[in-house]
Amino acid sequence: MFKLKINVKNFNVSFSDNQILKNINMKIPKNTVTALIGPSGCGKSTFLRSINRMNDFSSNFKRNGSIYVDGEDIYGENVDVVDLRKRIGMVFQKANPFPMSIFENVAYGLKIHGLKDKKELFDTVKRSLKQAALWGEIKDKLDSSALSLSGGQQQRLCIARTIAISPEVILMDEPCSALDPISTLKIEDLICELKRDYTIVLVTHNMQQAKRSSDLTSFFLDGEVIESGLTKDIFSNPKMEKTEDYILGRFG
Amino acid sequence: MNLRRYSKKKGFLKLIRKEYLIEKGFFTLAMVMIATVLLMFAFVVIESLPAFGHSGFFNFLVGLRWSPDMNIFGIFPMIVGSILTTAISLIIAVPMSVSCAIYLEEMAPAKLKDYFKPVIQTLAGIPSVIYGFFGLTLIAPIIRNIFGGSGFSILTASVVLALMILPTIISLSQDAIKSVPNQFREASFGLGSTQWQCIKYIILPTALPGIITAVILGMGRAVGETLAVLMLAGNVSVIPSSLASPIRTLTSNIALEMGYATGIHYSALFATGVILFMVIMVLMIVSTLCSK
Repeated sequence: MFKLKINVKNFNVSFSDNQILKNINMKIPKNTVTALIGPSGCGKSTFLRSINRMNDFSSNFKRNGSIYVDGEDIYGENVDVVDLRKRIGMVFQKANPFPMSIFENVAYGLKIHGLKDKKELFDTVKRSLKQAALWGEIKDKLDSSALSLSGGQQQRLCIARTIAISPEVILMDEPCSALDPISTLKIEDLICELKRDYTIVLVTHNMQQAKRSSDLTSFFLDGEVIESGLTKDIFSNPKMEKTEDYILGRFG
Repeated sequence: MNLRRYSKKKGFLKLIRKEYLIEKGFFTLAMVMIATVLLMFAFVVIESLPAFGHSGFFNFLVGLRWSPDMNIFGIFPMIVGSILTTAISLIIAVPMSVSCAIYLEEMAPAKLKDYFKPVIQTLAGIPSVIYGFFGLTLIAPIIRNIFGGSGFSILTASVVLALMILPTIISLSQDAIKSVPNQFREASFGLGSTQWQCIKYIILPTALPGIITAVILGMGRAVGETLAVLMLAGNVSVIPSSLASPIRTLTSNIALEMGYATGIHYSALFATGVILFMVIMVLMIVSTLCSK
């Protein structure tokens, strides 16, 4: 029923001599939301940042094993990292709009990928902002600074910016951790909407959020995947004791 | 009620008095600084008045001839000289130092950066007379061979000036680039930008105010630099006909003649100082306006 999008095989990561990820195996199907849960420092974010190779910027980053996206090893020799990051977008924990206008923020990704036509640019920006459920709130002030928006609006702007360049996968690194409950709900609704067009991997500390918005869940602990499966199974009937302890809030 | 009763207590009054003294103390020190600047300016202006009275402010400013022995004081060629050497040194130094700062902050491996810092600091610490020597023995002959003439020229002085202001602009631009939040880089790379696109569209625009400050400070140093320019520029007070012509700047005019000047000539040198003050202020205001 599901088509495989990302396939992680025996993936290890270490920084200096610290092994952060140990032998990760994971299959992420297309058009699903996969939640990565686990206590702080367990390697979820590192794993997420491995999927679009953002860890490459750390000079002491070492990895072995492979991550396949559509069957192609993204750590292979002939991979164009810039193109990979275009295909695999990312939304960060802290909303990080550029210090430009709202319009320019969304248009930036399109411009650097060579879209020059003004009309098309505007249409795509509009469509992305609509899809990110932000258009109605800001359509009259596209030229004002993105930094004047509220935290929740900024995060939705970052999502709009990410989907503007039509990635295939969206990685979200605790996108709601700094937001109030109403903004959080808006973004969760958005995630459910986006699932139709994109494959989403979501790191979250919020169990309710994982439960509400994801199809699949993987539980990370100390750099290992303890348990993976359908979200409803994991939350109603976890196989491992550690998973149960964590989702019931007994530790972490 | 309680507060009022408490405020009548002795300890509280003592505390208030101490706070008061500390605040007034800092205020006095700050005022001393401001007074020093004002006094300096006033002193220079007062000393310059006889010269301005002698030539007239306007004639002093736009006069083309500087002949102290005939009591003719026209400073215009030196204003041109100061502005020209500063402008050319900036044209040489700004692209070099900004690209150097970008390289060091955005591309260079950490180790290279560590080696580079002391080098730049040393460059900033070399006395200007040494720069003068360097220009004298290396740059002047090169200019002489290429352009002819004596080799003491606008270009010679500007090249050495450019070297002197490099460290200022590099390290301040580096600070500006460093202060661009890393999340902007991540966001840009996350959207699939190349490194160059990230630098061009995100980092440079964000760091621009800081870079402009760096350039203004470099410019201030270039206008004020005296000794190295004096050793290299040829010091002839004429409007230059080419970049290989000799030139005299406002600062070197003062330094060259202060030793033996008397009477109205002495005052004319102070008047040069007043004009220098004004030139620097105009340049600062213009560049600050440009940055907005």
